[in-house]
Amino acid sequence: HLATSLPLPSERDHLRPRIDLIVFMIDIKSKYSLKNVEASLAYVDARFFLGKVCFLVTGVGRVNYCSIETNAICQLGEAYRSPVLFCELELEGIRVATAQRLLRMLQICAGHIPGVSALFFVSLMRNSDDD
Amino acid sequence: MDETVAEYIRRTVLKIPRDEIKMMLQKWGFLSEAQLQTLNFHQVKDNISQEVVQLCEENSADIKQAAVLDIIYNHIYQNKRMWRVYQMKKSGEELEYFDLTDFKKKFKGRLRSTLKNVTITFREYEDNAIWIRVAWGTLYRKPNQYKPSYVVYHSQTPYVFISASMLKSNLPLLCQALIVASNYHDIREMELRSHSLNSLKDIVFKRYSQNFQTYHPKPLQEGNVEPENEDLRIVQENRSEKERIQRLNREVFGDGPQPKLEFAQYRLETMFKSDPKMDVLDKKEPFRCLVKFSSPHLLESLKSLPAAGMADAPLSPLLTCIPQQARNYFKIREKKGLFPESFVSP
Repeated sequence: HLATSLPLPSERDHLRPRIDLIVFMIDIKSKYSLKNVEASLAYVDARFFLGKVCFLVTGVGRVNYCSIETNAICQLGEAYRSPVLFCELELEGIRVATAQRLLRMLQICAGHIPGVSALFFVSLMRNSDDD
Repeated sequence: MDETVAEYIRRTVLKIPRDEIKMMLQKWGFLSEAQLQTLNFHQVKDNISQEVVQLCEENSADIKQAAVLDIIYNHIYQNKRMWRVYQMKKSGEELEYFDLTDFKKKFKGRLRSTLKNVTITFREYEDNAIWIRVAWGTLYRKPNQYKPSYVVYHSQTPYVFISASMLKSNLPLLCQALIVASNYHDIREMELRSHSLNSLKDIVFKRYSQNFQTYHPKPLQEGNVEPENEDLRIVQENRSEKERIQRLNREVFGDGPQPKLEFAQYRLETMFKSDPKMDVLDKKEPFRCLVKFSSPHLLESLKSLPAAGMADAPLSPLLTCIPQQARNYFKIREKKGLFPESFVSP
């Protein structure tokens, strides 16, 4: 399901299946995109942040057009304990690879991979400063 | 043949891309087909232009013919120049029958009576456009052929398009000559400029697709939001918003291609409004500011902003009024009175 912001329109609530993974796309060229994501995060139930949320930063190929500090995005990822992926949609190879990664994450979040659950992503997020 | 004419022809030919030289010389018609056959168009442009000059020498070209070649070049590459639009006003009489010969005579007469040293060339095109090329000199100097002005006049309309690279002092002369020749009594510059002459014509002749006000809801059968998104596995959550934006866009911009403009400039002379506690400007004078939008195709990019999520729909009327008001230079002043809003002034 593609949406431009949260909350999702309520008139379609009955048509929506269970949501297993939320990917917030941030365009590194647009400060507005980061603001939009930050505003939308407020509408996400806390249970999603146990591995079912991921940030996808696009447009990183064009170094000259970056409007957002990667620092700010990494801090966002740490604050919400969610992985941050960087990609460039204009390059087919990277696009396909990113799609495959997301698909893999989705399979895990949906419970299709026996023995692995979304909580693993949270444990992967721990960095060395945490001790 | 005059040396200056030879040099001018040589330089004009050099401007033309090699593949187009033959076509333009044919359009010019000054060299015979037999002469054109003798030219080798596969050599370096330097050599081609030298050969053309030699042929022109045989035919004893003078500046008048050379000027025609220049008009032909500028007609084809009209988008290299910056064009300004002028509107002429009649004193209220009926439209008289337009006589081309009379127009030319009066135009030339008027200019020549003030300035002896001018080169004036006319060329008519099928779309009723009259192209005028004027090379300006002074009382003591021969006309500078390298900085001419071009005027495009559609005789059935009060509009004139001028592309000038001339002294400011010659512009009133040019305008005078135009109104005298065309039997109007006044001329004013519109705040409309662009490189694309056809787009300027589209705007003032109202040839672009306009939005027609409909007072009943139009059923948008053909309004498909994402024509390429045939994959049924992708669900658009904000479809109604997307459709609203499309509908608004259609109402404002119409369906067809937009005229091509490169700039929109807004000169603001409004008061700076800030929180009084911040006390940014304690002087109560207008905050002078110039806002300029530029783009290879301004109107199309404005049209695509809401759909791309970069601007809220509906767009500000200051942006969308550009084709209807036929202007892309605005002065925005403070509205004097009870309501301190800004308004657009001519």
